[in-house]
Amino acid sequence: MNAVVILWLRQLKLYSRSRARMIGALGQPTLFLLALGFGLGPTFARAGRGDYVQFLAPGIVTMGILFAAVFSGSGIIWDRQFGFLKETLVAPVSRLEIVLGRTLGSATVALIQGSIVFVVCLAAGFRPAHLPLLPLALLFMAVIAIMCTAIGTAVGSVLQDMQGFPLIINFIVLPLFFFSSALFPVPDSQGAVWLAVRLNPLSYGVDGLRGALSGGFEFGVTTDLVVLVVIAAILLVIDAYLFSKIEA
Amino acid sequence: MTASLIVARDLVKRFGDFTAVDHISFEVPEGVVFGFLGPNGAGKTTTIKMLTTVLRPDGGRLSIAGHDPIEEPLLVRRAFGIVFQDPSLDGELTAAENMELHSVLYRVPRAERRERIEILLHFVGLWERRADYVKRFSGGMKRRLEIARALQHRPRILFLDEPTAGLDPQTRNQIWQFLRELCCDEHVTVFFTTHYMEEAERVADRIAVIDHGRIVAQGTAAALRQQTGGRTLEDAFITLTGHSIREAEAAPIDRMRTMRRVWLGR
Repeated sequence: MNAVVILWLRQLKLYSRSRARMIGALGQPTLFLLALGFGLGPTFARAGRGDYVQFLAPGIVTMGILFAAVFSGSGIIWDRQFGFLKETLVAPVSRLEIVLGRTLGSATVALIQGSIVFVVCLAAGFRPAHLPLLPLALLFMAVIAIMCTAIGTAVGSVLQDMQGFPLIINFIVLPLFFFSSALFPVPDSQGAVWLAVRLNPLSYGVDGLRGALSGGFEFGVTTDLVVLVVIAAILLVIDAYLFSKIEA
Repeated sequence: MTASLIVARDLVKRFGDFTAVDHISFEVPEGVVFGFLGPNGAGKTTTIKMLTTVLRPDGGRLSIAGHDPIEEPLLVRRAFGIVFQDPSLDGELTAAENMELHSVLYRVPRAERRERIEILLHFVGLWERRADYVKRFSGGMKRRLEIARALQHRPRILFLDEPTAGLDPQTRNQIWQFLRELCCDEHVTVFFTTHYMEEAERVADRIAVIDHGRIVAQGTAAALRQQTGGRTLEDAFITLTGHSIREAEAAPIDRMRTMRRVWLGR
């Protein structure tokens, strides 16, 4: 076992010991699913777009991952506050190993959260269109989780105190979510929203997951994967840099 | 005479135009308990941070167990254990899990890990509590666990930044007793800072007093008393560093710690 594995394991242990986190992170996606899914469903169907829950579920799963992943960045601030961060910073391991272990651990937690949200969606009546594509869906969920965790890690590495974190994060998370085509189809006409959706890396995650679960990729499965992997890799490099600048 | 494990020559650290550590030099021979004393904001913690690879010096030379902290930080880190001024444990993990995490980070051989954890937890009297969450531990228990944790990888040097601050006299006594035994059993060289002069007088083989970033005196407690004509080390300390009270400006991290104490009562 090495440093990356033990730090990964630590994130999972902390998660499994906090039932509040598990249940709390389910509330928001479930609320969105029920309120929007059943509230807007009839309107969506009348517009000839089909079953809204079927359309919405992949977006809600993405939402579950996004929120769990990005907010995990607060863990760095907590560890700084409670002193545990110092223990890792003076250990004879590289900062890269530390940031990788933490980020992969939190991404795994976010993936588990996303899977629970997926089960909630099934309970609400969602049915995957192609069962054989389920592994592809899982792959998209994992890459989304890593990308979003990397965003949280960057913010957590830079901020010194807890008060600022939710404010900054909401400023990042909500636009990412609302302009990701999670709630509505990518507009056909080329306007501001069309551009925002296309510039938003999360849109490619939603599109990939929706393609795998409900059928119909807007941007194409390869484009989706390439965009997500490239952005995630760039963010991880930024994380490693920002994390190396933390002073114990 | 054995070689010195810690050698500092003309060490300098500046923050902007403020010189926190101003050309200090000292040596700590192997097997010695070395007390590093000074008023608040004198440069104690800044010095420890430079010795432990956390801060980069602006001038001078350093050698820790024969290695340069700038050139070979990982080798230096493997050579020392550290107990910080504030707890650095993970409260959501058990005592044993905190120990295990450390032994993996420091690459303690797997065959040794379990035995080493057991010996050390027995040593600090926490073996029975190994499966308990650290967040339920008292301040003294946490400190003992941190000492046990810092020793897992058989460091040659143990750094302790105010290890007894905020603990009751019984616990302080017990901790120094541990550390004394340790020096003999594990051949560890101890470098500590403290505000309690009577502790330093009792425990330290050698003492250096730092003030305004400069070392104002070094030697045994007896030598410092003689030099200043004081009856106790505390008298000597006051003579050397004056009566004025120092105000160190709190960094955001310190304000956060204060908040934590207020909200969580620890």
